[in-house]
Amino acid sequence: MKRTLKAEETFFRILMNLTTGFIFIILGIIIYSVFEKGMKAMSWEMLTSVPSGGYYYGKGGGILNAIVGSLVLAFGATILAFLIGLPVALYMNVFLVRRKKLVNLIRFILDLIWGVPSIVYGAFGFTLMVFIGLQTSLLAGIITVTLFILPIMIRSMDEILRTVPMGLSEATYSLGSNKSELAFKIFTRQSVSGIITAVLLSFGRAIGDAASVLFTAGYTDNLPNSLMEPVATLPLSIFFQLASPVPEVQARAYASALVLTIIILIVSLFSRGLGKRYHKTKINF
Amino acid sequence: MYLLNRQQRHVVNYSWMLFSLLIIAFLPFMLFGGLYFKSFLLLKTHTLKDLIFLHSWHPSRGEFGFYPFIVGSIWVTLLAILISTPICLLTAINVTQYAKKRFLRIMHPVIDILAGIPSVVYGVWGILVIVPFISRYLGPWFGVQSMGYSILAGAFVLSVMIIPFILNIMIEIFRTIPTELKEATLSLGATKWQMVKHVLLRKALPGIIASVGFGLARAFGETMAVLMVVGNVIKVPHSVFDPGYTLPALIANNYGEVLSIPQYDSALMFAALLLLAVSLFFNLLMHFFIARYNKY
Repeated sequence: MKRTLKAEETFFRILMNLTTGFIFIILGIIIYSVFEKGMKAMSWEMLTSVPSGGYYYGKGGGILNAIVGSLVLAFGATILAFLIGLPVALYMNVFLVRRKKLVNLIRFILDLIWGVPSIVYGAFGFTLMVFIGLQTSLLAGIITVTLFILPIMIRSMDEILRTVPMGLSEATYSLGSNKSELAFKIFTRQSVSGIITAVLLSFGRAIGDAASVLFTAGYTDNLPNSLMEPVATLPLSIFFQLASPVPEVQARAYASALVLTIIILIVSLFSRGLGKRYHKTKINF
Repeated sequence: MYLLNRQQRHVVNYSWMLFSLLIIAFLPFMLFGGLYFKSFLLLKTHTLKDLIFLHSWHPSRGEFGFYPFIVGSIWVTLLAILISTPICLLTAINVTQYAKKRFLRIMHPVIDILAGIPSVVYGVWGILVIVPFISRYLGPWFGVQSMGYSILAGAFVLSVMIIPFILNIMIEIFRTIPTELKEATLSLGATKWQMVKHVLLRKALPGIIASVGFGLARAFGETMAVLMVVGNVIKVPHSVFDPGYTLPALIANNYGEVLSIPQYDSALMFAALLLLAVSLFFNLLMHFFIARYNKY
């Protein structure tokens, strides 16, 4: 009895170590395969020129259109989502702090729409575009991606804002401030690190998502120069160009994958590092 | 110094907050309403039962049977869940119960990065690694001719994609199990493994089920990575080595041609509506499941 127990434990412990190692190895393989293919395709010209002769068959040029397009789209969407998301998160934690049931209902709704697949947002964005008479454009892409990252942004800010202690609010009220001053001057300052993390997380989602921009932002070989024109994005640059039979075009896809992965890695490293730096402004109780 | 006085600023800030909150509050209804409105054209001429259970997909003839796509989606999702659940469960136990505290600090960035990698990059990885692996090694091993682009490839890629998602929830759940409970078990002479098996897993079971449910909802709607490796052949798959087609892939692949055929546009929006419904249903179910369990 005792021996079988021991054997069972040993067996499962080996299995556990294998699965844990498996996760590390998988991450290693993913990063390695993307870097290996991407580095071969990478060159200075790749990063600094737009594709020439059509993105599907043209052999020359690079992926500058997609890099710039993705950054513009993701920045636009993140800023817009921040402008809508921060007030909501503050409202939930300052104005509704005594109405637990209502706040929990809002959290519940946010969790639900967080789980909605991005392709559904893409389809909805398309419907919305047709409804208000918009073509596939940067603007339509930004609106759709904003809707997609809003729940992520609000919920992660909310998680930080709800940890702000009651005593801080009471001290602020006792000095004669009103609720919106408490929200925008005290709560934001107390939670800077968490807010930065939330913004970076949303930015990472915004730049990496393909399904939501597929219908709405379109694709082009040119650099974005107007809100009303289609814009190229890195994920779609990967998706479209990888399907091409021409090796040079495929190389552009691999280069895009490398650039996108590096951006994501930088964003996740930053969100860990930056959070720690801004702890200084926080009042500890 | 300021354009407005204090009271005016308060009013501006307050209305800005309320306006933003209203956008969020109406978003789910707008999603549902918008997609329902668009798919209404299709639902007028076809019954829901026909749409879901008919096999024939010929948009130009007005035949819209979603059955192959639904079956493809279910196969890929269930296989992915079957692969990733044991991996996540064992790793979560290892990380929270056996490994040193330090280890969790290495594990967290790994989970973060896995969760952050965009789905197209997973797709690229699938094409570079998984597809050749299946066509060259796994297929011949089972004596099957396979292109590699198959249900199984989709499931493999998807399972890796949902690992960080499920693992994160499981680690959180194991952390909430009270230490007293574990210590009491150990003090009665149980070994660590007995404690894990009889106390920890039993106490955490509802949470584990919920985490798998959330993973299921997430996997069902995953688009790009699956689309890139699953083969995209409209046919009910008979084995995991067959190519298939999933609902999200259907929407993503056909957006270009929707305007030329009547009702096609509507059919794609119906597919999106179906995805939305499945996602909301599973998330709702799991939330209520957790809420109910938390009472005890």
